[in-house]
Amino acid sequence: MLSMSVDSVFVHKMWNENELSKMVKGGVPYPMMSDAGGKVGTIYGIYDEAGGVETRGRFIIDPDGIVQGFEVLTPPVGRNVNETLRQIQAFQLVRNSKGTQATPSGWKPGKMTLKPGPELVGKVWEVWTTDKAFD
Amino acid sequence: MAEEMKVGCARPTGGPVGETAQIKEEKKLEKKKEENMIKVGQKAPDFTAPAYHKGKFINVKLSEFLGKWVVLCFYPGDFTFV
Repeated sequence: MLSMSVDSVFVHKMWNENELSKMVKGGVPYPMMSDAGGKVGTIYGIYDEAGGVETRGRFIIDPDGIVQGFEVLTPPVGRNVNETLRQIQAFQLVRNSKGTQATPSGWKPGKMTLKPGPELVGKVWEVWTTDKAFD
Repeated sequence: MAEEMKVGCARPTGGPVGETAQIKEEKKLEKKKEENMIKVGQKAPDFTAPAYHKGKFINVKLSEFLGKWVVLCFYPGDFTFV
């Protein structure tokens, strides 16, 4: 886990000590990176030049350094951590299966996966019923 | 007279006033062409950045995390509520 904003590392230290450590015991365990000027944010396409800040971009990067997914939100709405974890679990399952399995819409750990192949064409409705897409 | 600002989730910033503002606007247009959104299935651009981590100031390089899953989160700013 890595976080990044345009704030300096000194401000990160103050925020962690004065506020975050009161929400999470011991403060945040991951590096809080500084991107003054938004250079990194610009190459990731999430830097808002007009506001001079980075928007809520979240990137899932696999062990080979490949971007598997991203989500970008405007500042007032926060992320859903559980959804990020679910996506990582799904990407890890697919990777461990060497691409032989796929996780359909609404999948979460414990639910069945799909094994794409000629026999499954047109038959998904038989195995992945609509109710399975919901919790 | 100075007015009180409303604080939101974006960090309050100032900017040039008058003639210089126009020059900046032109530069911005040139820059726009280089901007590229990341694509899924492609390499995450490598970078280094100063960071605060457990009481220390360190330098982080994204490529040092090869072999691990990484969640990279950008946000508007420290102390911005959400």
